[in-house]
Amino acid sequence: MRSPFLRSFRIFFSAIIFICFFIVFADFTNLIPAKYINILLSLQFISSVLKYYDLRTLLSAGFAAVLILTLLTGRSYCSFLCPLGIGQDIFSRIGGRIKKKFRRFGYKKPYTVIRYSLLVITLTVTIVWGVYLLTLLDPFSIFGRFMTFFAKPVVILLNNFVAGILGKFDIYTLSHLDIGGFHLTAYSIPAGFFILVGLLSLTRGRLYCNMICPVGTLLGLLSKVSLFRIKINKSQCSKCGLCSVGCKSSCIDFLNSHVDVSRCVDCFNCIKICPDKAISYGFVNVKRKVHKTDVKKRKFIAASLAMLFGLPYTARSQDKKTLVPTKASTVKEEKTCPVCPPGGNSIEDFNTDCTACSLCITACPNNVLQPALLQYGVKGMMQPVMDYHKSFCTYNCTVCTEICPTNALHPLVLEAKKLTRIGKAIFIKDNCIVKTEKTACGACSEACPTKAVYMVPYEGNLVIPETNNEICIGCGHCEFACPTTPYKAIFVDGLPVHEVAQKPETEKSDIVTPVEFPF
Amino acid sequence: MKRRDFLKKSTGAGLAAGAAISFGRHGKLWANTGERVKYDMVAVMGGNPDAMFDIGIQELGGLSTFIQKGQKVLVKPNIGWDVIPELAANTNPLLVKRTIEQCFRAGAKEVYIFDHTCDNWVNCYKNSGIERAAKDAGAKVVSGDTEKYYQEIEIPGGIRLKRAKVHELLLETDVFLNIPILKHHSSTRMTGALKNMMGVVWDRGYWHSNDLNQCIADYALFEKKPDLNIIDCYNVVVKNGPQGVSREDVVQMRSLILTTDWVAGDTAASKMLNIPTEKIEYIPMAHKLGVGNMNLESLNIRRIKM
Repeated sequence: MRSPFLRSFRIFFSAIIFICFFIVFADFTNLIPAKYINILLSLQFISSVLKYYDLRTLLSAGFAAVLILTLLTGRSYCSFLCPLGIGQDIFSRIGGRIKKKFRRFGYKKPYTVIRYSLLVITLTVTIVWGVYLLTLLDPFSIFGRFMTFFAKPVVILLNNFVAGILGKFDIYTLSHLDIGGFHLTAYSIPAGFFILVGLLSLTRGRLYCNMICPVGTLLGLLSKVSLFRIKINKSQCSKCGLCSVGCKSSCIDFLNSHVDVSRCVDCFNCIKICPDKAISYGFVNVKRKVHKTDVKKRKFIAASLAMLFGLPYTARSQDKKTLVPTKASTVKEEKTCPVCPPGGNSIEDFNTDCTACSLCITACPNNVLQPALLQYGVKGMMQPVMDYHKSFCTYNCTVCTEICPTNALHPLVLEAKKLTRIGKAIFIKDNCIVKTEKTACGACSEACPTKAVYMVPYEGNLVIPETNNEICIGCGHCEFACPTTPYKAIFVDGLPVHEVAQKPETEKSDIVTPVEFPF
Repeated sequence: MKRRDFLKKSTGAGLAAGAAISFGRHGKLWANTGERVKYDMVAVMGGNPDAMFDIGIQELGGLSTFIQKGQKVLVKPNIGWDVIPELAANTNPLLVKRTIEQCFRAGAKEVYIFDHTCDNWVNCYKNSGIERAAKDAGAKVVSGDTEKYYQEIEIPGGIRLKRAKVHELLLETDVFLNIPILKHHSSTRMTGALKNMMGVVWDRGYWHSNDLNQCIADYALFEKKPDLNIIDCYNVVVKNGPQGVSREDVVQMRSLILTTDWVAGDTAASKMLNIPTEKIEYIPMAHKLGVGNMNLESLNIRRIKM
């Protein structure tokens, strides 16, 4: 195929995909139903692998489709489906506008050692230890964090600007929203990656994808045997080098009429550029080359593997102590364990499945999910954690469990979610307004959806809270509502393993329908 | 006094009085202020929320007694909780709808509703059925969820609450209809007309940590008082309030209280819940501050059974 239509199709298709992802992450009204979001997410490679590992259903095997696609067409995933890749293409275009030089790529040698080491390291860590390195390197998760941390606030600012203007005309269809924002430290990782990916894509095309991204490297390996690929017809080629200059992946060695398929992302720019019509995309017979064994390379791989198998175990043993709950102090608000979102089943399970794409964080209508700093330990950084000082978990909501792309949060039906205990409320009487001020408060009991926090007679006409942990689900509304500072008089301590709470029961009241006015 | 002087003076007085009366009548004709409200309170029992409102407001001379043509009206229901209408944690949507319809019939230019909710506001507005009902009736549904909408006001004479941030709609509208639902409340024992004002302020936490009952009473001193209180007692949460946990917490009372005196309204409401009024501390506190009257015997109450 030599048609320039290929490139137009790539741009059109990827633009739609990118816009869809943008909307999914920036939508603050929860407009799009979870089932549509899930269709979009099903083809994200890493997420799908993790989901399949959990569920083992055909529907969750989107990654297999990606592998087949790669074997057939090469790394088209990177240009058509990966939102981070598409985003980099946009950046690269911008870069070209800033400085023409940024769009003049030319053939470069691959960073073989770096990219394969990173792939091996990521694979090893993931298999032996858990998803912790994927959390950092999964392109979809990186993209998700960019959207959540940087794009969504801009969208909300725009909304507020428009809402402000409409408000002047007495129109209230749009409402002013709080941007929210996270702990400053939480911005360091997404900001760091934004600078890295942003600068590389601005000036060097797809270098990030071809040097760092483990998904890119893995699919690159597969595409070495793909059926369809870019090829140069030697007889037609005048060796003008335009293709090489225009190749974002710097993978066309025009002098030798060779295309490095492991780096080619099927963007089809070269087809359009070539003035000789010598470049085409089509079926290729793979020629078997006889390989010489590179002893040095093997030694390097063996050594890094050995190191990596050791490293996780050491790290693991250091991390474990953060999760063992100790007995709570009764005076200070001291959490022994972070609260993991409903559907996570247990913190350990959750930590090993979540890649911190932050989709749940942006989708949570109550903004109770915050990117973790060290609550789960180093390995759980950026994963969502419940922050009850910021907000609380809405009783009638299951949004986060429905959209998790890796199944780290298992889908919960509403009735099950209402009985999922993710933490337990602990009352600190010595902090309570009723005791310290001798005035009425009851903000916690008022907020409790199950009445696990209820009021009992205290001095005089006063009532004071008491908790019933049998029916408490740890939603954190009591902690959020409690007005005391700096320590709350009631707080939720997370459960390392989630439990099933009892259903709240009530009896009929003795008050009956009146027949006469009592006044 | 001489006879002549007496005649002169009485003629003058008579003329003045006659003029005053006739002008007064004409004034009424033009300004449509209606007759003075005859009753301090109208209580209706035994009908549907909308029908009870129609009858009750008629007894008070119609909503046009309170609303003049072209005025902007704020209807402030309780939409605090993300709960379905059957559980009665929020004002009955039928009642809200009928109130808004009557506002427009009385000549209101715009009707606004909002509440500073406790649960997620989008869910509260939606699941309470109030957003739909209000929009169907033509009202503007406004968010109360961001501090940007709130403006600082002073409460002269407040004992614990001396200033608060209130929603701009409260300050920008001409008529204020307070339309709470009667419920049991875990700490103050009852929520009704006075306590509904916790949904027009931004910082509720301050109230909770600075003598909740006194703050509720203090707020009633703020100059922008409700022109009418419509207390929904159709379905009443009698325990586990203010949210309720299940249908067992709700008793159908099929009643409605309309009053210009919110202290009196809450006193009557407390009797519906069968709680001694003095136990609901903010009621006697508000009475003491002079913002209303909790002695129902001294009030002119119209009771209607449908």
